Amino acid sequence: MGLNRRGFLKVLGVTGMTLAIGKDTIAASKGKNDVEFYGILYDSTRCKGCRGCEYDCEEAHHLPEPLPSNKIAAVRKTDETCNTVVNKYKTSKGEVFIKRQCMHCNEPACVAACLTQAMHKTKMGPVTWDGNKCMGCRYCMVSCPWDMPKFEFHSANPKIQKCDMCFERLKTGESPACAFNCPNEALLYGKRRDLIKEGHRRISEKPGLYVDQIYGEHAAGGTGWLYLSPVPFEELGMNTNLQQSSYPALTKGFLYTVPSVFVLVPALLLGIHQSTKDSHLNEEKEDE
Amino acid sequence: MSNSPQIIGDRDGNSMWKFLVSEFRPKGKWLTPFNIISIPVMLLGLVLIIIRFWKGIGSITNLTQEIPWGLWIGFDVVTGVAFAGGAYVLTFMVYILNMRKYHSIVRVTVLNGFLAYVFYAGALLLDLGRPWHVINPIIGNGFGTSSVLFLVAWHFLLYMIAELIEFSPAVAEWLGARRARKILSGMTIAAVIFGITLSTLHQSGLGALYLMAKDKIHPLWYSEFIPIMFLVSSIFAGLSMVIFEGSISHKVFFAQISEKNHQAQKDIIRGLSKICAGAMFAYFFLQLLVFIHGQNWDLLNTPMGYWFLLEMLGFVLFPMILFFISYRTNNIKLIKIAAIITMAGVILNRLNVTVIGFRWDMAIRYVPSWMEFTVTLAVIFTEIWIFRWVIQRMPVLRDSPSWVNENK
Repeated sequence: MGLNRRGFLKVLGVTGMTLAIGKDTIAASKGKNDVEFYGILYDSTRCKGCRGCEYDCEEAHHLPEPLPSNKIAAVRKTDETCNTVVNKYKTSKGEVFIKRQCMHCNEPACVAACLTQAMHKTKMGPVTWDGNKCMGCRYCMVSCPWDMPKFEFHSANPKIQKCDMCFERLKTGESPACAFNCPNEALLYGKRRDLIKEGHRRISEKPGLYVDQIYGEHAAGGTGWLYLSPVPFEELGMNTNLQQSSYPALTKGFLYTVPSVFVLVPALLLGIHQSTKDSHLNEEKEDE
Repeated sequence: MSNSPQIIGDRDGNSMWKFLVSEFRPKGKWLTPFNIISIPVMLLGLVLIIIRFWKGIGSITNLTQEIPWGLWIGFDVVTGVAFAGGAYVLTFMVYILNMRKYHSIVRVTVLNGFLAYVFYAGALLLDLGRPWHVINPIIGNGFGTSSVLFLVAWHFLLYMIAELIEFSPAVAEWLGARRARKILSGMTIAAVIFGITLSTLHQSGLGALYLMAKDKIHPLWYSEFIPIMFLVSSIFAGLSMVIFEGSISHKVFFAQISEKNHQAQKDIIRGLSKICAGAMFAYFFLQLLVFIHGQNWDLLNTPMGYWFLLEMLGFVLFPMILFFISYRTNNIKLIKIAAIITMAGVILNRLNVTVIGFRWDMAIRYVPSWMEFTVTLAVIFTEIWIFRWVIQRMPVLRDSPSWVNENK
């Protein structure tokens, strides 16, 4: 009988643990609703493509200097050496510039993916990375719909690089380096709620200038970076097929079944074991 | 097994030491074809691993910022764990359903499963950029409870412990530790129940890892049912591995297996083929339902569509029929062929989700470098070496020492 009790206690312990952990995740997602996130509104009609923000970003994050404009031929992506790029697109309304960087989702896939909480959605809004926790599994990269976390594949002590919305500056009350320095006021830093209002105000004031959409208001459940554009966003290389709900929701269903599996399956197995044990006693006498 | 030790009672410290030293010496011939092939590969793999830790993951892999997981995750971990599924299915059959017929192959299957987890999950360390932080989710330097990978990591750890407990009586018999054996075998059923529960969750969890990569996986392979698909296919993946490994072990370690168990082998294989056919039928039916629900008919007439049809018809439906026919006609050879095709199909399926169908629309596709293949091979060979070492020493395939039954 000691054996069964031991098994029972083990199951009980694990069940308890899982239930406790399960509760934790639910509580965490509830609290998010009363938090006011900050974000940045990028107006591509105002952007002149000076790429000053790239240089400001590089300076703020101690990254290598960006390529000079005359050496850039193709559309670029951010990588482990640069957190933001401004690309030029030839569109139906002429040349349009668009700045790319981490979108700082309201419910980021990378944060849900991270098993050590190295990726963290701060209360202010920026999604940050903590090198003391990260084990370099790169699951954040697999999960991010925009492929924004970048990994130093050629380092023995690799880091994840991406825009952190200058979180260090935000903590001291400053605004992000790119938004602070933009000479054309294409970047506006503020509370996300206010930025959405401002975006819709600009669209309704000049309906001919903008397409009637703020990219990031709903994509992937809403993002900290919000985009205004004179042309449909597909023309600017933005993925417009992303789902409108949050990405972590895709694994929630699976994770919620975990506690019930831990309660039901062991009980079921023990039951079957007990009921089949006796019927086989006479067949063969073997060990165990 | 001429020099196999004749142990009757518990040993004292000194003789135990001598015994262990003698056991760690190699046994049998050195220059076998397997050794001649595997030793250079393992040495080369070791060199590559040193380069990888010195110069970074990018120095020996073709991974990119868009394709951060390649062969080492898609094959070593995701496929390797599916093949290790035989352990939970067999322990379920033997200890929970009390199907005594399969008892003689439980130990070797559990050993196989345990080593698979140790080595393929161990191969994960090679893929981690900052492997010195691997214990963070265990010690609580961030409990990322909202992560599927957190669940999988904990399950790997706990399941390895459960399988070690399941296998430990064989170690105790090897060492001649009677009391320890009694205690350890008493823990078997608890470990089995715990292990099966863990398995159902992390076999499906490996599929759930890819749920957030919704826009990156080809729609013919992505659905919210990936976890269930992975769980169901792990049943026949694991059992096919049992059939495959069993038929090799019965040749290579012929002398170790008692006459009675040789006789029973055919019956066991036949029984397993029936279960495989059933599980594959369920799997095929599920795939069909998901496909129809997905309304992806137009995708079938594309190159990826043909590839999908090849996987479903050629590597699921076809071996399923083979399993069924060979079960009815009692054709052992055909069962083994069906098992090999099924295993190829499982590899194909896991790679289709994790590598081939992942970012299928990219202009530059990811193809693993020869160095990634070499490291993978080196890991597999090392596992086989350890497997062989254990089989030649512990009562895994051969019967337990006589004191086990006397002791009761």
